[in-house]
Amino acid sequence: MNIIDKIKTAKLTGRGGADFPTATKWQGVLKAHSKYPDKPVYVVCNATEGEPGIEKDKFILQNYPEKMLAGMKIAMETLGAEKGYIYLNPVYYKKFAAKLKKIIGKLPIEFFVEYGGYICGEETVLLETIEGNRSEPRLKPPFPTERGLFSCPTLVNNVETFYYVAEIADGAYQQTRFYYVGGDVKNSGVYELPIHLSIGKILDETKNSPPFEFFIQAGGGASGEILTSGELDIPLKGAGSIIVYNFKKTKTLLLIKNWVEFFYKSNCGKCAPCREGFFRLRQLLKCRQLNIALLRALVQTMKDASFCPLGRSIWLPTVGLLEKIGLNNKK
Amino acid sequence: MIKKFIMTIDGQKIEAKEGETILQVALRNCIDIPHLCAHPDTKVKANCRMCVVKIKGVNGLQTACSTPVSEGMDVETLTPEIRWARKFNLELIFGQHVEDCSVCVLDSKCDLLKYRKIYNSKMLRFPDRKINYPIYQFGPIIFDQTKCIDCRNCVEVCPTGYLELKDRGSDINIEPSADKKKDCIACGQCLVHCPVGAIKSEGEFESVKEIKKILQQKDKTVVVQFAPAIRTSIGEELGLPYGLVVTDLLTAGLRKLGFHKVFDTSVAADFTTSEEAGQAVNHIKEGKNLPVFTSCCPSWVLFIEFNYPELIKNITTVRSPEIILGGLVKSYWAEKEKIDPKKIVMVSVMPCTSKKIEIERKEMFIKGNKPVDIVLTTRELAWMLKDEKIDLEALKPELADNPFGDPSGAGVIYGASGGVMESALRTAYYRLTGENLKSVDFKEVRGQEGIKRAVIKLCKPVKTNSGECIEIKAAVVNEIKNARIILDELKKDPKKYDFVEVMACPGGCVGGGGQSLPTNSFIRSKRAASLYTIDKNKKIRLAHENPAVIKAYQEYFNDEKICKEVFHTSFHQQKKKPIGRLKRDMKDFKLIKK
Repeated sequence: MNIIDKIKTAKLTGRGGADFPTATKWQGVLKAHSKYPDKPVYVVCNATEGEPGIEKDKFILQNYPEKMLAGMKIAMETLGAEKGYIYLNPVYYKKFAAKLKKIIGKLPIEFFVEYGGYICGEETVLLETIEGNRSEPRLKPPFPTERGLFSCPTLVNNVETFYYVAEIADGAYQQTRFYYVGGDVKNSGVYELPIHLSIGKILDETKNSPPFEFFIQAGGGASGEILTSGELDIPLKGAGSIIVYNFKKTKTLLLIKNWVEFFYKSNCGKCAPCREGFFRLRQLLKCRQLNIALLRALVQTMKDASFCPLGRSIWLPTVGLLEKIGLNNKK
Repeated sequence: MIKKFIMTIDGQKIEAKEGETILQVALRNCIDIPHLCAHPDTKVKANCRMCVVKIKGVNGLQTACSTPVSEGMDVETLTPEIRWARKFNLELIFGQHVEDCSVCVLDSKCDLLKYRKIYNSKMLRFPDRKINYPIYQFGPIIFDQTKCIDCRNCVEVCPTGYLELKDRGSDINIEPSADKKKDCIACGQCLVHCPVGAIKSEGEFESVKEIKKILQQKDKTVVVQFAPAIRTSIGEELGLPYGLVVTDLLTAGLRKLGFHKVFDTSVAADFTTSEEAGQAVNHIKEGKNLPVFTSCCPSWVLFIEFNYPELIKNITTVRSPEIILGGLVKSYWAEKEKIDPKKIVMVSVMPCTSKKIEIERKEMFIKGNKPVDIVLTTRELAWMLKDEKIDLEALKPELADNPFGDPSGAGVIYGASGGVMESALRTAYYRLTGENLKSVDFKEVRGQEGIKRAVIKLCKPVKTNSGECIEIKAAVVNEIKNARIILDELKKDPKKYDFVEVMACPGGCVGGGGQSLPTNSFIRSKRAASLYTIDKNKKIRLAHENPAVIKAYQEYFNDEKICKEVFHTSFHQQKKKPIGRLKRDMKDFKLIKK
């Protein structure tokens, strides 16, 4: 059985947060390669995790860089790629480049240091910046698998995805993933646990089940979904991050403010709803009397009309928080 | 073969072609989907997000401008969800756009106001966040950042890279370049492609008031001329179909406005052709400074003067028709009519923003006088007509005044890309061979393509300094971006062409920066086609056979000195134009210098 079939059988999905079937992506690149045999193929490792509360790629870069690179090497060989890129944010570059370089040796893999912040984690933005353009998303289709870097077939996978590709190749994959558990917990950190484990179980297994009333944000410290303690009977979707908030101690309005501030600073300015939306949300949240109807209208518009996931993602946590938890410090 | 199939929009079964977008199919079928950043001339950007629609079976909303259609696709363009998204998105866009509607170039054609009604958006939901942003002026172009919605159309169409995108997020901004190697050539394509009227040209619409004042001064003879491309575009401003020929109604309208004489710039184009063909023939015979570049387009001239000063010698020294007519009126005609040229006010109606600075050039002056005193764009004249409640359609057609009222067909097609070349070739052929062409139509230089090439075989060889000339190699360049391609070709092979026409604007003057809004390739080709129809129906189609031209040369322009003074000029290397700042005078909503 070849590696793509093995990945398919293992049902590996993208660990950057989008959960796209990895084998399908690889097959897409192969198909594009046979369609344009003269074009080179590129493989990019997305190692620029930038959302608050997500640190699992950092953990892998720190502890298992060989595994990640082994996965990348398999991808390059399987897809006939002539060059690979490891796309690192400036902090990770400073921390891990030297160590990675040693392992890379003579492999045709280069580093690219991200400029442009959080939005560069979106795969088309990432490609734009490697090409030297503004850090802004591209229209899809065409998808990167077909026309990616310099219009060539390109595979973009996350650090953790490559890690598990190597595990699958070694026959060691046990249907696990990396979780960051943080916030108001005692044992914050990164854990490798089964993918189907419910969130509640994860908190139990990591000895992080809070003894107080709480809610969590799952899938990222800005864009993640808000779940109450009664909703933890499901496995985690999206990026591997669980943040626990103490119900009594958390100022929920401040929480929204922080999310908005984060997206306000990291949006690229390309499309109207996101650019203008975050500007107005930020102003709205400074008002003495918060107009909640307008707040909801804005996040809804941004969800429906924004160009890329960045503008769309403020809706989920905001509406979740408003509906399930409510605002406890309205001033 | 392009695949055709059936798709559904709002329950209607519609035939669509592979490769089309939802927006294209919808608009073709009179289903209005709001859109601001989408323009047929520009790439799909999908950044205004007004055109969101619902596709059955696809999660969320998609932009119609960027989504290709497919067989069986079922699209809804107005669900409650879409209505909601558009309403608030439009309110967000209004938040970056200062509504200074009283002097907006879009006048009654503003899409923001149109959509506001449909979606019940509150214009003032959010305070104008750009109220204190700068208002720039460079050359004749005024760029009001307080109205800009960051759609980037201007950045894309700017042929010199002068408008630059700066910064990120909500600090994003379009700025005139500080780069010393980039300058604006005043073509006004940014203006034509701005969906919200953030860019206009100097004088819009204050110069209308100025003219009204002058028309009341008893000691002034106010003469107006209108460019070739105006006759097939101004009707649009007044609600008539695209490209309708309104020459004689326009003449009547201009008289009704009070202008004392109405002349046709196309007659001056016949003078230009005569001189330019003569000069080209001389250069071909002497083999010097080839290829000859046309000079009618002031933006193209500025482009060469600033970016390629080494090629200034290749530009024909012949003045543009507008300036020649100004010169003719203030010398030949003034003398004939015994009027002091200082008492003549020459107003020209041009499809052009660049003409506004061409008239200020000292090299164009005639005996110390400006050949043309005021330039109005097509929009400004339309504004003036509307302001005076003159309905062109209701007027009786009138003919323009002699001696500059009746052009040859060659003079009329100057308004379309390839027209100058075609006119010049008709006359140059005669000058070279002594014979007129059997067929005067040069179809290969017509049309909307970026570069058009033609080789004109002569009926007999003509002696030149370097042997014999048996053909003329001509190129017609439509838009500055394509000029760079031709200039690169010439760098490799300097003898590739003998004669090159360049027009900065797409389609030539029919797509000029001063034209009626909106313009796109469909509208431009309508306007151009009408010009060619006028040419086809003319008895006299050769510039050198226009009786007005023959008579003027016999009566007045019989020595080289006077010809040089009125018909020729010189060009010089240009420095970068300064960038001025304006502010909005809240008292009478005028922009004044800071």
